[in-house]
Amino acid sequence: MQRRTTLKAISAAAAASSVSALGASAAFANTAEPIRIGVLHSLSGTMAISETVLKDTVLMAVDEINGRGGVLGRRLEAVVVDPASNWPLFAERARQLLTQDRVAAVFGCWTSVSRKAVLPVFEELNGLLYYPVQYEGEEMSPNVFYTGAAPNQQAIPAVEYLLSPDGGSARRFVLLGTDYVYPRTTNRILRAFLRTRGVNDANIMEEYTPFGHSDYQTIIARIRQFAGQGVKTAVVSTINGDSNVPFYRELGNQGLRATDVPVVAFSVGEEELRGVDTRPLVGHLAAWNYFMSLQNPANTEFIRKWTAFARARNIAGHRERPLTNDPMEATYIGINMWRQAVEQARSIEVDRVRVAMRGQTFQAPSGFQVRMDDRNHHLHKPVFIGEVRADGQFNVVWRTRTTVRAQPWSPFIPGNDRRPETPQRTR
Amino acid sequence: MPAPSTPFAFRKHLGWCLLLLGALWSAAAHALSPEDAWALAEGDNATRIEALNRLALSDSQRAHELIRALAREAVQVQGQQVLIVDNGRWIDAATGAAVDGTGAVAVMLNNRMRNALEQTLAVLDLFDPDPARQQAAAQRLRESQLTRPDPALAAQIERALLPPYGQRLVAPARLALEQAQAVVWLGSADATQRLAAAQVLAELAQPLVRNRLAEQLELEADPAVQQALRDAVASIDRTLALAEVVRQVFTGLSLGSILLLVALGLAITYGLLGVINMAHGELIMIGAYATFMVHVLFQQFLPGWFDWYLLAALPVAFLAAALVGALMERGVIRWLYGRPLETLLATWGISLILIQLVRSTFGAQNVAVVSPQWMSGGVEVMSGLTLPWNRIFIIAFAAAVVIGVALFIGRTRMGLFVRGVTQNRPMAACMGVNTARVDTLAFAFGSGIAGLAGVAVSQIGNVAPDLGQQYIIDSFMVVVLGGVGQLAGTVYAAMGLGVVNKFIEGWAGAVLAKIAVLVLIILIIQKRPQGLFALKGRTA
Amino acid sequence: MTDITRSDLYSLTVPSKPLFGRAGWSAFLSAALVVCVVVPVLNLWVPEGHALHLSDFMVGLLGKILTYAICALAIGMIWGQAGILSLGHGLFFALGGYVMGMYLMRQIGADGVYGSALPDFMVFLGWTEFPWFWALSHSFVATLLLVVLVPGGLAFLFGYLAFRSRITGVYFSIITQALTLAAMLLFFRNETGFGGNNGFTDFRRILGFPLASEEMRVILFAVSGITLLSFVLLARWLLLSKFGRVLHAIRDAESRVMFCGYNPLHYKLSIWVISAAMCGVAGALYVPQVGIINPSEMSPANSIEMAIWAAVGGRTSLIGPIVGAFAVNGAKSVLTVSFPEFWLFFLGALFIVVTLFMPNGLSGLVKQTWNRFRGVRA
Repeated sequence: MQRRTTLKAISAAAAASSVSALGASAAFANTAEPIRIGVLHSLSGTMAISETVLKDTVLMAVDEINGRGGVLGRRLEAVVVDPASNWPLFAERARQLLTQDRVAAVFGCWTSVSRKAVLPVFEELNGLLYYPVQYEGEEMSPNVFYTGAAPNQQAIPAVEYLLSPDGGSARRFVLLGTDYVYPRTTNRILRAFLRTRGVNDANIMEEYTPFGHSDYQTIIARIRQFAGQGVKTAVVSTINGDSNVPFYRELGNQGLRATDVPVVAFSVGEEELRGVDTRPLVGHLAAWNYFMSLQNPANTEFIRKWTAFARARNIAGHRERPLTNDPMEATYIGINMWRQAVEQARSIEVDRVRVAMRGQTFQAPSGFQVRMDDRNHHLHKPVFIGEVRADGQFNVVWRTRTTVRAQPWSPFIPGNDRRPETPQRTR
Repeated sequence: MPAPSTPFAFRKHLGWCLLLLGALWSAAAHALSPEDAWALAEGDNATRIEALNRLALSDSQRAHELIRALAREAVQVQGQQVLIVDNGRWIDAATGAAVDGTGAVAVMLNNRMRNALEQTLAVLDLFDPDPARQQAAAQRLRESQLTRPDPALAAQIERALLPPYGQRLVAPARLALEQAQAVVWLGSADATQRLAAAQVLAELAQPLVRNRLAEQLELEADPAVQQALRDAVASIDRTLALAEVVRQVFTGLSLGSILLLVALGLAITYGLLGVINMAHGELIMIGAYATFMVHVLFQQFLPGWFDWYLLAALPVAFLAAALVGALMERGVIRWLYGRPLETLLATWGISLILIQLVRSTFGAQNVAVVSPQWMSGGVEVMSGLTLPWNRIFIIAFAAAVVIGVALFIGRTRMGLFVRGVTQNRPMAACMGVNTARVDTLAFAFGSGIAGLAGVAVSQIGNVAPDLGQQYIIDSFMVVVLGGVGQLAGTVYAAMGLGVVNKFIEGWAGAVLAKIAVLVLIILIIQKRPQGLFALKGRTA
Repeated sequence: MTDITRSDLYSLTVPSKPLFGRAGWSAFLSAALVVCVVVPVLNLWVPEGHALHLSDFMVGLLGKILTYAICALAIGMIWGQAGILSLGHGLFFALGGYVMGMYLMRQIGADGVYGSALPDFMVFLGWTEFPWFWALSHSFVATLLLVVLVPGGLAFLFGYLAFRSRITGVYFSIITQALTLAAMLLFFRNETGFGGNNGFTDFRRILGFPLASEEMRVILFAVSGITLLSFVLLARWLLLSKFGRVLHAIRDAESRVMFCGYNPLHYKLSIWVISAAMCGVAGALYVPQVGIINPSEMSPANSIEMAIWAAVGGRTSLIGPIVGAFAVNGAKSVLTVSFPEFWLFFLGALFIVVTLFMPNGLSGLVKQTWNRFRGVRA
């Protein structure tokens, strides 16, 4: 009993003092209370590899916004918590951010599980989540703004490219993924899409490996066999994060070159290629809405800001070799759009901001002006296909001329045509 | 469908090549116009490929130079000039004059261009003095015939096999061309040709070849040819089956060798101290990060010797991990002597600290450990079966480590003490052995072995702070299954688990294979609770 | 080996002395009072903003920790009392959670994203009907029974095989890790029919009442607390009886116990199954409070943490593990907020310090200081 109250007191004190003042840079004559936003990314555990850099991107954006006068004349403050790649902890932290810290918006999540774990919390407490990672769609919540790609903004254009002469005119496909909802749903969509392009099931091989799988010898031998039937074959890889390094290593060592069997990946970016010798991988592909190698003024500026921030904050890995990637860009777009919406609505209230978010535009580092759709809470994004270069960057070999509107309810899944075009409150 | 121009191009190219040779390259190397060079370097892919075909057909040596440079990705553009880069010096592709290309931008290639370049080069290289290039070119032509047999190309190939051209071919290239010819002969009206084709193709053990032979078998009427075809298919099937077995055994050995390396250190420390070290995975991780540091050092200060960084990394990783192990033993584990379950938990705490330490120092993301040249790539032992060099070396390395450990334990004085303390601690102490020192040194030794495992692991997988977590459970399984006290137990257990896992994976997939192996271990332990090779006797 | 006859059973289970003394009963009743009255009042009636108000977040957090405390108690019983260290009890916890999760998924009904009677994950896998093992998930009573039977049954099978072969000590701990890892891999597979990596989430209601309401949260908290207290009584009863003494004997000298004519298999198996069932119940209480169940609950690391709670609190005493569960999880909740980058250091250091310097855990430390304070030579 004593212990519980003490614990309660400690927790209350910790919660009150948990506002980590990591973002202050400019002095404010106005001493109004700062606006708090939450950062819900894993800083330890299996997802730390991918998510830690997004936390730093938010902090960089907060610095930048404060340097320009803050939001509504008030300073912006980031509350950073570590849900430690533990899904129930995500829900708990989300609840804490919304009820204890009273943040105006939360920037976070990476895996679909983490998003699905926190969704009920955000819908119950009417919070606002900005989700910056590409995902499988099949969701449209009024409390989430999705700044990552839906399948029609990444997977479908990539496969279209593979079917085209420039992509090798592939007619057989290997759908290789990690066993969870994003690859499974994406592959389901791709299968239906391929069927409409005349590629039947006999020419599709679908394989799943568990998380953390590291021995790809057998799988690559099977791919080789499948591809050796005389018809041009391509691999669509939805292998998640960690397993990509051993996969690409094995691919390179077994001599499966991009000119024979090209592999296009959706979860491999500049950051994931850090751990791999990219020389044997030249020519393999990735599909994103942003690449670090894009040449345009907005991107040059973005990379410059990130490099300076990484050096100033001594961010491990990035201080020597700063890299930017698609989820970082999406996070950056998200927090800037939120700021714009708040300024437009003259309020941080979620219901007003939600309305103001409609139609927000932003000159993104991808070189395009991206736009938040008027209705479906997703961004209109450009699509790029990049080929791996020997130095670990990507050569953009194909791009859309304009931004693509997201279709979170994929038309290739039966029943989706009856779905509403706007988010529905289901609680 | 590949670019429609390609099969046509082969035929035309080959024809022209032969003509060229006939003219003994007499004509002066015709100049390459800047417009043509530009058409090859910039523009959309279809026009570039058209330009490529045109230039390949021309008898201009400069054009061929440019094509080869493009395939090497050594072409840049500056303004309207197309430049070839060679060792930091630029020459104009059209005129051959040296220029200053400091502002030049690399020309972009994509897979389609690369494919087209490769096919063009296959033809240009067919009579190249370099035998490796010849062979690659001939094989390229053969693949093209296998995928889409082109009678016109076959006619050219026939011409290329006859004198005077045939004499310029080296034996492997000649063989590949003959096989290419055989593919077309399979469908010829002449039965002797079909028979000869079946016999030639029997040696080419590829699934695509087998399919063609089987297809022909369906349509074949002539009994002699039928028999030859049947024999050919059977022979190919045998070879393919053998290749499959070799592949399975190799992958099993490869996985087993990695399991052996990661579990060996644990087996030593558990055998000696009776404690399962939950921080064992982190010792492997320390070895991997030590390799990374050596790798970075060599990259920065000794770039000429970069390929040998692995050899330098071995002692560094061993010592780093041994040091950490010794600290653990002295600092924590020795105070928990006789309480194995507490040791388990204390070492779990140590593992958390080590992970966070590395994460804070190096960052949470993967660090890049590039394999040296001699460990990259693979060797093709049979058709379609490439064994990667890094795995071959790791198998050899694991064998060397086992032999080293066996020699240490069996032949050295310290090894004698270790054996003595393992078998009967009080007696060994009575005989004057300083058991405390033996404990520390043996624990350090076992940890050092884990460090060596880290070096191996860094070459095939991720190097990240949670690397240890991936291997720790596997190490446990090997130790538990193999029993302690004998090195042989660990070796057999590791190899056995590797082979069985890969075998099951072949037909049930990776997940079910892993689950099946775990269940198998649980069941085996029921039968033999001390493991497969436990020490017998009253002291065990 | 002795056959246990009915009178034996009676003599086995009669406690040797009253369950608690005066001090013990007053502590027990105060705890019950806090759980059933004080916390609900502080949350529901005391207005927000008041210093004594207990927020929803805290109620949820405490409820979660209560379920963890039940697991810690279970581990304390098999480890502290019977000397069996299991590093795989997270599996039973998760199984109980999954059983409850299946019921809650059925209760979503047609309110899910796809508007079908089947859970969302089955729809996007393309399934059209429930697999056979979902047959009883619509009934709450069946769910309650299965929460105990499924973990208990698996524990019985595994324990029988393991104890019969007399696997003990470190080897036993390692194969429990193998068991939970195998189960985790199995559940991560989407085809297994338990939602794969996403697990079960998006719960709406239980027994017709909405889950997200304040009252439900407090009720779940109270139920968890009462369950914990009941299990404390159960544990106390078992340990004061002859059954408990035989367990202690098995912990201290198993061979001698066999020579005395007892079959340790029966005793170890019984306590093993009871502890597994306790964890299953804890899991079933955990899931509605946390709102998600996913195979990473079965991860080997989670099970090791449960053992850590028992170790930190003091595994040989009755409430030591409970204290440990609160201490460690409380510290974790605080540290991941205040020191998000460094909390693993603290946690690791805690484990080392406790095992090195506090072999009897926090409760041992408290007892030591109490005794020294009273001048009693312990």
